[in-house]
Amino acid sequence: MRSTFRHGVHPPDSKALTAAVPLRRMPYAAEVVLPLRQHAGKPARPVVRVGDRVQRGDVLAEADGFVSSPVHASAAGVVKAIGLWPHPDGTLSDAIRIAVDPFNPQIPRPRMVPDWNGLTPPEVVKAVQDAGVVGLGGAAFPTHVKLAPPKDIHLESLIVNGAECEPYLTTDHRTMVEYPERVHFGVRIMMRALGVKRAVIGVERNKPDAIERLRATLPPDLDVIILPLTVKYPQGAEKMLIHAVTGREVPSGKLPMNVGVVVQNVGSIATIAEVFETGLPLVERIVTVSGPGVRRPSNLIIPVGTKVRDILEFCGGVSADATEVVLGGPMMGTAQPNLDVPVTKGTTGVIVLTRRDTPRFETLPCIRCGSCLEACPVFLNPSMLGLHAQAGRYEEMESMHLADCMLCGACSYVCPSAIPLSQMFALSKTALKKARSKVVA
Amino acid sequence: MSTIFDRPLPEDAGDTTEAEAEDRLVIAAAPHIKSRETTTTIMWTVIASMVPIVAASAYFFGISALLVVVAATMGCIAVEKAFGKPGALRDGSAVITGILLGLCLPPAFPLWMAALGGAFGIAIGKTLFGGLGQNPFNPALLGRAFLQGSMPTAITSFTAPGGHFWTIHRSTLAWPFMQVPKVDAITSATPLGLMKFDHAGTPLLNLMLGSTGGSLGETAGLVILACGLFLIWKGYVNWRIPAAMLGAAALFAALAHGAVPARYPGALFTVFSGGIMLGAFYMATDPVTAPVTNPGRWIFGAGIGALVVLIRFWGGLPEGVMYAILLGNCMVPFINRATQPRVFGTAARGRRQEVAP
Repeated sequence: MRSTFRHGVHPPDSKALTAAVPLRRMPYAAEVVLPLRQHAGKPARPVVRVGDRVQRGDVLAEADGFVSSPVHASAAGVVKAIGLWPHPDGTLSDAIRIAVDPFNPQIPRPRMVPDWNGLTPPEVVKAVQDAGVVGLGGAAFPTHVKLAPPKDIHLESLIVNGAECEPYLTTDHRTMVEYPERVHFGVRIMMRALGVKRAVIGVERNKPDAIERLRATLPPDLDVIILPLTVKYPQGAEKMLIHAVTGREVPSGKLPMNVGVVVQNVGSIATIAEVFETGLPLVERIVTVSGPGVRRPSNLIIPVGTKVRDILEFCGGVSADATEVVLGGPMMGTAQPNLDVPVTKGTTGVIVLTRRDTPRFETLPCIRCGSCLEACPVFLNPSMLGLHAQAGRYEEMESMHLADCMLCGACSYVCPSAIPLSQMFALSKTALKKARSKVVA
Repeated sequence: MSTIFDRPLPEDAGDTTEAEAEDRLVIAAAPHIKSRETTTTIMWTVIASMVPIVAASAYFFGISALLVVVAATMGCIAVEKAFGKPGALRDGSAVITGILLGLCLPPAFPLWMAALGGAFGIAIGKTLFGGLGQNPFNPALLGRAFLQGSMPTAITSFTAPGGHFWTIHRSTLAWPFMQVPKVDAITSATPLGLMKFDHAGTPLLNLMLGSTGGSLGETAGLVILACGLFLIWKGYVNWRIPAAMLGAAALFAALAHGAVPARYPGALFTVFSGGIMLGAFYMATDPVTAPVTNPGRWIFGAGIGALVVLIRFWGGLPEGVMYAILLGNCMVPFINRATQPRVFGTAARGRRQEVAP
């Protein structure tokens, strides 16, 4: 175990704003908006009609196939509309709007998720899918898919991602500090479902209290190692974490299971435990509301579908010089033009940046300083890729392993000439995808 | 409508409603934060780091030395202003070129020639290729190569250090295309010239502290070393290039010296004499004209170091740093191509992919 990876960057972690703020529950807003696409894979299929009354936890839309996830009502109320609504990814997307019943006590139906004791691994997978559990670290990959690896794959260990390397975010941090038993319980469920004997929880060293709490509450019969990691971005990227824990490189284009591991975010692990514990599907999540532009930085338990506007209002509003509202972390999150956008299952944070945090730098020519090469965690040559991107030579970029770029933004962060490298790579990836679909069509 | 933006943004105070404030949310692609290091701050820090070197040369060679640096810099600035992209002067790179060019000229060098060299370096060496970041050769060295070719006498007339600070040599103020007046001060051979043609050594302490003849920036090796180390500490200069260059030069010099001690100088003399110190820390490290990969930087630096020794010991010139670096610049695209990083999760050329225990 080497506790880190090569290259990477050191942005100020800015976590002090919320690292010690205990979790609080946010009250229900007047309306929640639940996009049908809150996960990687096919969007869910609605099973309710406008005007239907729903209870908290009722299924609003069911999974469409195996790589899909259902959407549950995060509050009791009436289905107000089903139609397009701003999505955190910047598009308009189908969503179910629920007018929350202000007088409903919000008591869910009892035990919608079965007790896990006595379930076979396939039944666990089914229960996890029905509970709508997806990766809560940002990518929102359906968790049950990870629990059902192909038969020919031999798994050795489970790696739990508690790195939380994005600046400002403290959702995983607070989860580990306040619900360590739940993390261990979730690890137990996943290890049983996957049939692995070992697990490693990787936590960056800037969260000593989380490491200490996890160690203190570790059940003696669970073979789990809590591994402190070097504080470096992007330590929490799946491949970087696997390299830090096992020393293995996931082959280009392959999945973690190809090197015998499954990686799951610590928040998702705690959620698996939570849904089996409470019997309530995934209807709320922990979100860090932070940044210099927020009046009361907080760690909140928020019903999925609550609008950013309501959240910011609950946190005392934003300061006068706020310029950017980002969903997710500042390195990989998306800036929001519209504050009516809802928090989805994959939203880790609402970060409000001010003018001071986002100065505009003049883009100068590349001076080939090589900072980006030393930042890139997957050892690409962003400087050269950037030149190709500017010239529109996308095929050339493809042969330089553009596909291995995970858009972590480390190159853009360090570039002294302020060249928007990872931004151009995102565009190039889209252009390549488009070109390919045209060839097929 | 919006109750979150409780006040309008400051710069538009007065005529903004709250709803409009929300409209001005910045929509930018990730990442939303950036390190504060910019190319402009790097360039100006490099310029600031050269102040002690210029001061040392003025201390040893008087006001003439300062004038040469200023003239070369003015030549660079004038061309960058006239032909460069609008605002290109702000990034400071033309000033760096000017100062570096000035530092590799003799103390009593005619000012018009210095300015012409700077103008040539920027015009042909940089602007012609498209400005900052596009030039294959170090513009300062290209300017000096031009001067060496066109004004071979003036560029090899070295004034001895010392004399009164305010003395302006007659050759300094020579008019263009007139017969250059004979350098009036005591001319002196450079330590490298002495070594090359007379096989005479120079005390090492003089080389380190700077009381020897030579170009402005060839003296005071210790000052240049200190300034270079400062840039390395700041992270603006990649330490691998000077380490490889000085290391290779020292190694080859030591080998030659070991074989024929009477003919070839030792390692310390080699790294503290002539322009190798300035070249190693300020010229070869110019990121634009150096390889972008770390293995490439080792190769590049070591190649230049070896070339310097080759030219000095067995070539026709007493000093070879300029040509060595320019030749190194030629090789950069090939070095880059040969040393591309191995992409994560792919097997390297000839190297097996890491397999965990």
